[in-house]
Amino acid sequence: MSNTTPGAQQPLLAPPAARPSGPRTAARSHAQTVRGLLIKIALLGIVDAIALFAMFILVMREQWLVFAIAAVVTVIINVIYLRPGRLPAKYLAPGVFFLAVFQIFVVGYSGYIAFTNYGDGHNSTKEDAIESIIANSLTRVPDSPTYRLTVVEQFGTYGFLVTDPDGETLLGTPEQPLEEVDAEEDSTGKAVSVAGWTSLGFGDLLANQSVVVDLSVPLSDDPNDGALRTPDGSSAYVYTSDLVYDESADSFTDTTGGEVYVDGGDGAFVNEAGRELQPGWKIDVGFENFQRAFTNEDIRGPLLSVTLWTFAFAILSVASTFVLGLFLAIVFNAPHMRGKKIYRVIMVLPYAFPGFLSALVFLGLFNEQFGFFNQVLLGGASIPWLTDPWLAKFSILFVNLWLGFPYMFLICTGALQSIPEELSEAATVDGAKPFAVFRLIKFPLLLVSVAPLLISSFAFNFNNFNLIYMLTGGGPRDIEAGVDAGATDILITLVYKVAFGEGTGRDYGLASAFAILIFLIVATVSIVSFRQTKALEELN
Amino acid sequence: MTNPFNTQQGAEIGDRLNPLVAGSGATDRGGRAPRTVQTADGRVLLTRRRRSFGRWFADTGWRHLIGVVMLVFAAFPLLYVLSASLNPTGTLVGSNQLFRVVDFSNYVELFQRPQQPYAAWFLNSLVIGLVTAAGTVFLGALAAYAFSRLRFTGRRVGLLTLLLVQMFPQLLGVVAIFLLMSGIGEIFPQVGIGTQSGLILVYLGGALGVNTYLMYGFFNTIPVSIDEAAKLDGASHAQIFFGIVLRLVAPILAVVGLLSFIGTFSEFVIASIMLTDPQTQTLAVGLYQFVSQETSRNWAIFSAGAVLAAIPVMALFLYLQKYIIGGLTAGSVK
Repeated sequence: MSNTTPGAQQPLLAPPAARPSGPRTAARSHAQTVRGLLIKIALLGIVDAIALFAMFILVMREQWLVFAIAAVVTVIINVIYLRPGRLPAKYLAPGVFFLAVFQIFVVGYSGYIAFTNYGDGHNSTKEDAIESIIANSLTRVPDSPTYRLTVVEQFGTYGFLVTDPDGETLLGTPEQPLEEVDAEEDSTGKAVSVAGWTSLGFGDLLANQSVVVDLSVPLSDDPNDGALRTPDGSSAYVYTSDLVYDESADSFTDTTGGEVYVDGGDGAFVNEAGRELQPGWKIDVGFENFQRAFTNEDIRGPLLSVTLWTFAFAILSVASTFVLGLFLAIVFNAPHMRGKKIYRVIMVLPYAFPGFLSALVFLGLFNEQFGFFNQVLLGGASIPWLTDPWLAKFSILFVNLWLGFPYMFLICTGALQSIPEELSEAATVDGAKPFAVFRLIKFPLLLVSVAPLLISSFAFNFNNFNLIYMLTGGGPRDIEAGVDAGATDILITLVYKVAFGEGTGRDYGLASAFAILIFLIVATVSIVSFRQTKALEELN
Repeated sequence: MTNPFNTQQGAEIGDRLNPLVAGSGATDRGGRAPRTVQTADGRVLLTRRRRSFGRWFADTGWRHLIGVVMLVFAAFPLLYVLSASLNPTGTLVGSNQLFRVVDFSNYVELFQRPQQPYAAWFLNSLVIGLVTAAGTVFLGALAAYAFSRLRFTGRRVGLLTLLLVQMFPQLLGVVAIFLLMSGIGEIFPQVGIGTQSGLILVYLGGALGVNTYLMYGFFNTIPVSIDEAAKLDGASHAQIFFGIVLRLVAPILAVVGLLSFIGTFSEFVIASIMLTDPQTQTLAVGLYQFVSQETSRNWAIFSAGAVLAAIPVMALFLYLQKYIIGGLTAGSVK
């Protein structure tokens, strides 16, 4: 047993003094208390060191809110473990900490994202958007003077050390506009090095070519003044943006055509013709994502069919696996049958095989051109198992039956065998036929014990991402849909594709709105089912 | 349904672990029932009932027929992938002739592709799975102990919360997890997006939700009198927990640890958004890309990778089964 005990606990379990049996002397007990105290202090010290390091970085980054939360949490942890008493908190704190950050906070954060336009083109703040719009539209000023340049580096940050046409030396980075510095100059008057920075030689430049040519160092705090860029690493030129930002009017003016782009209220600058400047920025959009999901024809239709299929898939999966599993449990519940163990071991194999691999194996078996089913079983037919909308649904249910029947077989066997024999014997004595015994006595009793498992099986299949995504990828795709939805997509795969899909842009806001929808459905189903199964009453 | 991150599997094992529920293993020693006959000189002889084939078929024969059909249904895809992995032609269409040639070249080539570092994936999956399993067991056992042994305000609410949290898999919050980890990565690159340590932290967030309730049930079956006796002997609560209770609940720790390992091993969604560098990816992410890019051409190599990947999981699973059916209550006070 000790070899299966996780390593983290090994040192605490190892010493023989900790054995429950055997003589226990005061000295031993005392030694243990000291050792326990030392371990506690050491662990707490590690936690505090990490927390202090994190808080230090947060202060450097001026993340005050997160810093405050980190500080409060650290204090609470120390109070919990240093003050005597409050045992429950001591045991619950570690798990609750992770639960709070990566489960509960994440749910709340999903809720927040659902009310924003977060996604491709709306990733950051308005200030960042303004800066990148200007940076993206930089063009070299015609006949602009040449700045002689030395590229310098400090802690991984690249900077420009330039000598301007008037002979002054300036230093700047992409974050820090040019400022005058005292630098060493070579015989031609070109600044070549500055204290605290490493000058890049020709070889370094060559190695970091792509990074260097992408650098743009602003001339001043006002982004409209333009920036220096270098094509070769030895001379820099002034680039300015065609788009000039007017802070007082909060608008961009295109200097070439005179068009004006204003903040349209949707998190982007738009002109009168409705053209948007990219990128935009993240804003709160209220219920717009939900509104889109329920009123926009291109989204509502696919969403509705995906939701219906999600329910159909989950219900049919549970029903088919349960029926087959129960049937097999009855068949193999014969006391006078040989070889039951062999049957059982082999039938459980699909359950032991990793689920994601099973889906991929069936992907090959179902292949339209070369797959085993078409080529060998059907003698060269080309049946579109995974690319026809209805056949793909069937294939998915078939694979899920293969994956799921062993589990149902196991639980039904267990449930059948726990029903006392006397009940069916008594019924037989009273003249009941075998089928009546099963239908009227065994089946109702069996349902009582497996019903909660059927409900959790439903909940699991409702979000059975791996099977759908690996087998069909949700396809075949519905080309008329406004989102990347297919005939076999379930809600959770839709969330993934809308958020991280390659076909259409990433739309975190809409994806989170869909996720909230799943939350609500799952919550409703679980509350109703908990009431039904009276699981709550057993708590004491 | 094989993703063991579900609660049903845990519940099922919980049922089996619980000594109050009749185990299924006990009645398994079937075979045809021998009939004992006493001869005139007092010896006991075993004889078999002689039956006609028709009667045999009506009684158990048809069960074997169904059994054989189910064996083919259950085992065929596994035999197919094993055969494909041994096929030197390497393509999907070549894999249709089962076990025509047996050749291990695919297994060799599997480890020689710099673009698809299978060995690294395998190691990553093992490490991430083991660390997550150890952390899950530790966090879960601490919480289960508190709920089982201590009485405090908010205990009932806490248990209800655990029950509810089980219904919401972590992958529902995948968008928020991605954005949260991106944000963390900007400040703490060591645990942000793209790191395995960050992925483990995310998985540990699901630790309490997944199996604590199962552990709680098992903790309740250990008599409190053991704790009380130790307390009278002067043991501290930490000594009772680490020295006594953890040992008595070792079976459930093993089960939860293995379930967590298998679940982490198969997890795709969060791993796929967190890990982008091929060297850091897990088997689920890597093997999926193997197939999704060029299904037919990579088939034999994928099959070899799948067989190797399945071996530790299936071995653990079958071991786990034995563990469950065997007397789990051994070691506890009887």
